[in-house]
Amino acid sequence: MDFRERIIKTETLSKDIHLIRIRSERITDSAIPGQFVNVRCCSGLDAYLRRPISICRVCRSDKTFDIAYMKRGKGTSLLCNFREGDAIDVIGPLGSGFTMPEAGEKIAVVGGGIGIFPLLYLVNSCNDVDKTVFLGFRSKDAVVLKDDFERSSNKLVIATDDGTFGIKGFVTGPFYDWLKTNRPDKVYTCGPLPMIKSVAEYCIERDIFCEVSMEQRMGCGIGACLVCACKVKEGLDFGYARVCRDGPVFRAERLLFE
Amino acid sequence: MDLSVNIAGMKLKNPVIAASGTFGFGREYSKFFDLNRLGGISVKGLTLEPRKGNRPPRIAETPGGILNSVGLQNPGVHAFIRDEIPFLRGFDTAVIANVAGNTVEDYRAIVEILSDADIDAIELNVSCPNVKEGCLMFGSTASGVFEVTGAVRKVCKKPLIVKLSPNVTDITEIARAAEAAGADCVSLINTLLGMSIDIEKRKPVLANIMGGLSGPAVKPVAVRMVYETAKAVKIPVIGMGGISNGNDAVEFMLAGASAVMVGTAGFVNPNVWVETVQGIEKYMRENGFEKAADLTGALII
Ligand SMILES: Cc1cc2nc3c(=O)[nH]c(=O)nc-3n(C[C@H](O)[C@H](O)[C@H](O)COP(=O)(O)OP(=O)(O)OC[C@H]3O[C@@H](n4cnc5c(N)ncnc54)[C@H](O)[C@@H]3O)c2cc1C
Ligand SMILES: Cc1cc2nc3c(=O)[nH]c(=O)nc-3n(C[C@H](O)[C@H](O)[C@H](O)COP(=O)(O)O)c2cc1C
Ligand code: FES
Repeated sequence: MDFRERIIKTETLSKDIHLIRIRSERITDSAIPGQFVNVRCCSGLDAYLRRPISICRVCRSDKTFDIAYMKRGKGTSLLCNFREGDAIDVIGPLGSGFTMPEAGEKIAVVGGGIGIFPLLYLVNSCNDVDKTVFLGFRSKDAVVLKDDFERSSNKLVIATDDGTFGIKGFVTGPFYDWLKTNRPDKVYTCGPLPMIKSVAEYCIERDIFCEVSMEQRMGCGIGACLVCACKVKEGLDFGYARVCRDGPVFRAERLLFE
Repeated sequence: MDLSVNIAGMKLKNPVIAASGTFGFGREYSKFFDLNRLGGISVKGLTLEPRKGNRPPRIAETPGGILNSVGLQNPGVHAFIRDEIPFLRGFDTAVIANVAGNTVEDYRAIVEILSDADIDAIELNVSCPNVKEGCLMFGSTASGVFEVTGAVRKVCKKPLIVKLSPNVTDITEIARAAEAAGADCVSLINTLLGMSIDIEKRKPVLANIMGGLSGPAVKPVAVRMVYETAKAVKIPVIGMGGISNGNDAVEFMLAGASAVMVGTAGFVNPNVWVETVQGIEKYMRENGFEKAADLTGALII
């Protein structure tokens, strides 16, 4: 199997967030929101393992999809070297997706940092749904894809840790305020652990359907090596599910946050 | 050209076997390539009872390799027999059951159960660095390996492969103990005990603190150990550790291996197993080898 696809464009979204648009019939034909791709950052041994990156947008008509990533360590730094026209080695789509809302339902989406990317694909993919989006960023210069989220949702609320944009503080604040007067049918969350944990627990207490997209370090990315463990309930006991294959999207009730 | 090899009474259609723990029970990779292309599959390490495994993170990337600390997460031998063997038997490839235990009694019991199952061979993992009790303890001394291999041999009706740990001073002494106790074959190397630290957090990357190193980084160590072991024992040797293509596999075979296992490289390149078979074939063609078996020990010193 050949996993090489063509890069259509690259774009810098902020100081350390970059976007790559890739043409791939293989991936766009079957992808659903919440899934990810496993990207090879170089052909040598520099960043040996592939890096899991969420699918952030899919355009079925021109067979392209986007990934957006934050430059952090070795692998994501190497990704910054890719240019339009280059071949890129991507395995996917991988993992489970979100349960899509039904027409007429009301949903809330809560994302923080790099967790916002799979959520954009989600809100972009549901029509006839009342969508309220809550996004949290470190500060004003970290805010990305605002217009995209605005276009595809009914309401967008942004919070920054330092108050340089939108509401000051954690994004969970305005979300919990909103919940006082709103009852969503489904809540979706992805981002830093304290945030997703808080949102999950809040929803479970109020019996609101909630799905969480988890992160874990991966090896194979397809379910064979069992390194991407995530603690889940198994009857009265616990067990470890595979984030790459059983997830990354899990029902909140199933998770046992450490 | 004849790619087939005979080891421990098993005929493999080619010398390339998927390494235990990197390939699950074959289901996932079967979506990427035809498992009939493999010489064999060594399944995820099995224990008598299901095991949950260690806390995450269980993997750290290191230069040219990885550290893992999965800790033998598996559904137990009975679930393997019930749920996985029927699937694996849908392919024309050897099925090797990799087993581990905490006590000699555990090893004996699981081997007894598997002796009546529809598998081709048993690989005794006495060298897992990721579980506290048993396992590595047996693998790190010649007397431990002799004891556990001997106990298992009495009840084992299948070809018995003993998988050796590289975390020892003299691997030949351990290999000889396995041979003396009745092993039909030895496989090596399991992972090298290692550690990696996140200096920003001042914490180990792995929740388990230490883990097993595999991938290209370990290859020269593995080739050396295969070379030493093949000279020290008469039973066949299966070589592994960092194989990423046919040339790497040929290196192990020239050093004395009769077959090879490939694991970690598949995480990066799911085609690696098929490409390794093709690469061995290419080397044979270009270097005038008719039989893959003739590569074994063909090193010129
Ligand atoms: C399902 C999933 C979806 C993701 N989607 C996105 C996304 O859309 N955009 C984005 O910017 N990031 C995303 N991430 C996180 C991204 O995978 C890591 O930021 C990236 O792997 C870091 O690699 P590095 O080479 O920069 O860092 P290094 O520190 O050099 O990485 C070393 C190793 O640790 C792993 N690693 C480090 N941080 C993480 C992490 N947070 N999660 C998982 N593995 C990690 C790397 O993959 C690599 O194997 C996602 C992670 C998962 C599991
Ligand atoms: C994630 C992972 C899990 C493993 N699990 C097992 C196991 O259950 N039993 C075993 O005998 N070896 C296990 N191994 C060791 C491999 O089978 C092999 O000996 C080692 O990784 C070296 O080969 P490689 O570099 O080709 O991966 C595991 C290795 C990895 C990377
Ligand atoms: S990364 Fe291998 S099982 Fe998830």
